[in-house]
Amino acid sequence: MACNSATCNSSGCYKEYEVEEEQRQPTTRGGINGSATTHQNLCVKCKSNEPVCCGIGGDDARFCKDCFKTNLYGKFKQAVSYNAMITPSDKVLVAFSGGPSSRVVLQFVHEIQCRAQTNFDASKDRSLPVFGVGVAFIDESSIHSFASQDAEKAIEDIRSIVSNLAPPEKELYVVPIENIFSSDNIDGKERMKKLLDAVSDVTGKEDLLIHLRMLSLQRVASQNRYTRVVLGSCTSRIACHVISATVKGQGYSLSADIQYVDSRWQVPVVLPLRDCPAQELNTLCSLDGLKIVELLNGPCSSINGLVSSFVKVLQEENPSRECTIVRTAGKLTPFHFNRIPDIHDSSVPLATRRRQKRHSIKPNGSLSSESFCPICNSPLNKSNFSSSLRSLQSNENSDIFAAAACSSCQFQIIPKEPSLMEQFVSLLPQPLITRAKHGDRGDFSLLREQIQEFLLSDGEDEI
Amino acid sequence: MEADAKPKKSGPRLCCICNQRRAVLKRPKTLEQICRECFYEVFEEEIHQVIVENQLFKPGDRIAIGASGGKDSTVLAYVLSELNRRHNYGLDLFLLSVDEGITGYRDDSLETVKRNELQYGLPLKIVSYKDLYGWTMDEIVKMIGLKNNCTFCGVFRRQALDRGAALLKVDKVATGHNADDIAETVLLNILRGDIARLSRCTSITTGEDGPIPRCKPFKYTYEKEIVMYAYFKKLDYFSTECIYSPNAYRGFAREFIKDLERIRPRAILDIITSGENFRISTSTKMPEQGTCERCGYISSQKWCKACVLLEGLNRGLPKLGIGRSRGLNNDIKKDTKQGGGTKSIESKQCGSLDF
Repeated sequence: MACNSATCNSSGCYKEYEVEEEQRQPTTRGGINGSATTHQNLCVKCKSNEPVCCGIGGDDARFCKDCFKTNLYGKFKQAVSYNAMITPSDKVLVAFSGGPSSRVVLQFVHEIQCRAQTNFDASKDRSLPVFGVGVAFIDESSIHSFASQDAEKAIEDIRSIVSNLAPPEKELYVVPIENIFSSDNIDGKERMKKLLDAVSDVTGKEDLLIHLRMLSLQRVASQNRYTRVVLGSCTSRIACHVISATVKGQGYSLSADIQYVDSRWQVPVVLPLRDCPAQELNTLCSLDGLKIVELLNGPCSSINGLVSSFVKVLQEENPSRECTIVRTAGKLTPFHFNRIPDIHDSSVPLATRRRQKRHSIKPNGSLSSESFCPICNSPLNKSNFSSSLRSLQSNENSDIFAAAACSSCQFQIIPKEPSLMEQFVSLLPQPLITRAKHGDRGDFSLLREQIQEFLLSDGEDEI
Repeated sequence: MEADAKPKKSGPRLCCICNQRRAVLKRPKTLEQICRECFYEVFEEEIHQVIVENQLFKPGDRIAIGASGGKDSTVLAYVLSELNRRHNYGLDLFLLSVDEGITGYRDDSLETVKRNELQYGLPLKIVSYKDLYGWTMDEIVKMIGLKNNCTFCGVFRRQALDRGAALLKVDKVATGHNADDIAETVLLNILRGDIARLSRCTSITTGEDGPIPRCKPFKYTYEKEIVMYAYFKKLDYFSTECIYSPNAYRGFAREFIKDLERIRPRAILDIITSGENFRISTSTKMPEQGTCERCGYISSQKWCKACVLLEGLNRGLPKLGIGRSRGLNNDIKKDTKQGGGTKSIESKQCGSLDF
């Protein structure tokens, strides 16, 4: 069953003919059901314009350009409002990679910001401020072997994209990934290279890079006082993640990564394009001429690459497979941090706070405090703690670190040999080490939230 | 996982477990280079540990081994009787075989099972679709074609095994499902959206609340290792794919897992681990359990799936029971009421055994 296009009907026409043979009488293949006329191909939604592209239902769904855009934007807006992702007092940082999903999410965020700005300008009392938007691009050119002029051109293109999306003005942060070491660039590059070389598993290397990228984004966001990080993760990417997490033994933590909201992080992460398949996002970019900046990597021999091609094969066999995968995974129980934390800031209008409380997912009965893996930040399955207890006999920093990590990171990222492991831990950025130290005490912030209003002293010592 | 560093000799490598004999194979699960004897030992010992840790059997149990003549069931029969002897499980073992009536495939593999009966000294019972349902798979495929035939065969086989087990009066059925099978099933259930099955498919024992419980001693055993064991031990088995299987959807998952195993062998076990750890709320799990009105078999609907499919075959409605049900059970009820409950002469009752 098609999932997204609720309005798609079968019309039985070939889309190839429609666009090119506009002048001639378009031929139809077999009869069309319903009241549509036999000779004209019409958008299935508004029944007045020429269809130009198909939705995820394959040949069946045929929208015209306007209805298609409305439909796609509608899914985005629904995700944002239903999960209270963005409120007027927020400052959102859009993670921009240059690819089609990033480009679309940036465009859509810009559009709601514009609308908010218009409303603000028109309103008399100016009660609801307009949320701020920033854009972050993590520059990984020091790791990959791009030609330096390709990398520079890419950054220039990104600057022009962002500057064209004003007003309202958006700040752009181009952050080299080695900056997470918070030292000067030269040392950083060397250290980053050494760190990645210490990981022998190809998939582990890729995944470590992904975790460092998120660390980078979090750093930019918190240093510049952003309250949300917006990712352009689409249905297709999430479907791939479902399969690859399963394949790496991360079934327990899977449900944490695929929800609309992920508040494990210092700055909560939101995924407003969760219901949008990559195909639709690509189509929108070509329809609207949205510029994409893509730096091509070499062929992928990792598990992630294998999963990507597997999902592609499945998608060819059945175009709604990605949606089914995400829907199945959506039935897994999320975690307590998969919702926007309640707002206690009294400067935020009461109406906003009430609305956010109403819409956020209610936490399930038990509020267990989770422990997290210091590398990938995934919640740890309590039943796998026996090995960590054994290792805590040792006082070595690296042993404690390795014991605190999830089994997947222990296998594919952390080196096995003790001396290599020590060297690896010494190369890691400081925030991960800190995470390991605090991780095993569990996450008390949610518990604190529950009793916040009854706590008297501000200078409460952290346990 | 790499083998520990050994002094690099120019001569043959030594087994990394016993360090005495020459290494003749690389273990698919761990890539360790070991000798034949050590391979037999680790293979058998791991299965013994699975049986003990999961308390699959107790002394005095009568166990039917689902025997198809293929490598999994042959190796299972061999290893179980060996471990039964060696560790004194105190089990009475039987071979139970299902004849689906597929010429050029099943008739050949049944010959293998008959040889196994003699070779391992385990009593054999064969139940056939023809006797139970009045249809062979060849006849079914002639009627419905090559899509959905696996659905028919799977549903019928499950019941056939239970009926055979009841005839043998056994306490449990052991099947040769291996780690690759279970990993494929986990993936399939994700792809197909079946969250209820996803929560059950990694259990090592199933159907404890049904007629006959079943267990899968090979749950953590790699298919490649089973093949290797059968090869080195020169066990007699039949190794052709079912002639009707090329179109099965499972093929996608199988291809993927084969590619995955090449990159990272432990991924197969990781998929099973993920399947065991998925956070699935218990409230979404079990459909309500009742009995089939027609034959008394366990069923969550008015009629069990086998009765529904059989009805479809007998009435020339091959699609009955296939795909999403739109009140199929209701349709059947309506028809039997109208027809005065008369059944076609050709259709045999699912079976008159009491469950």
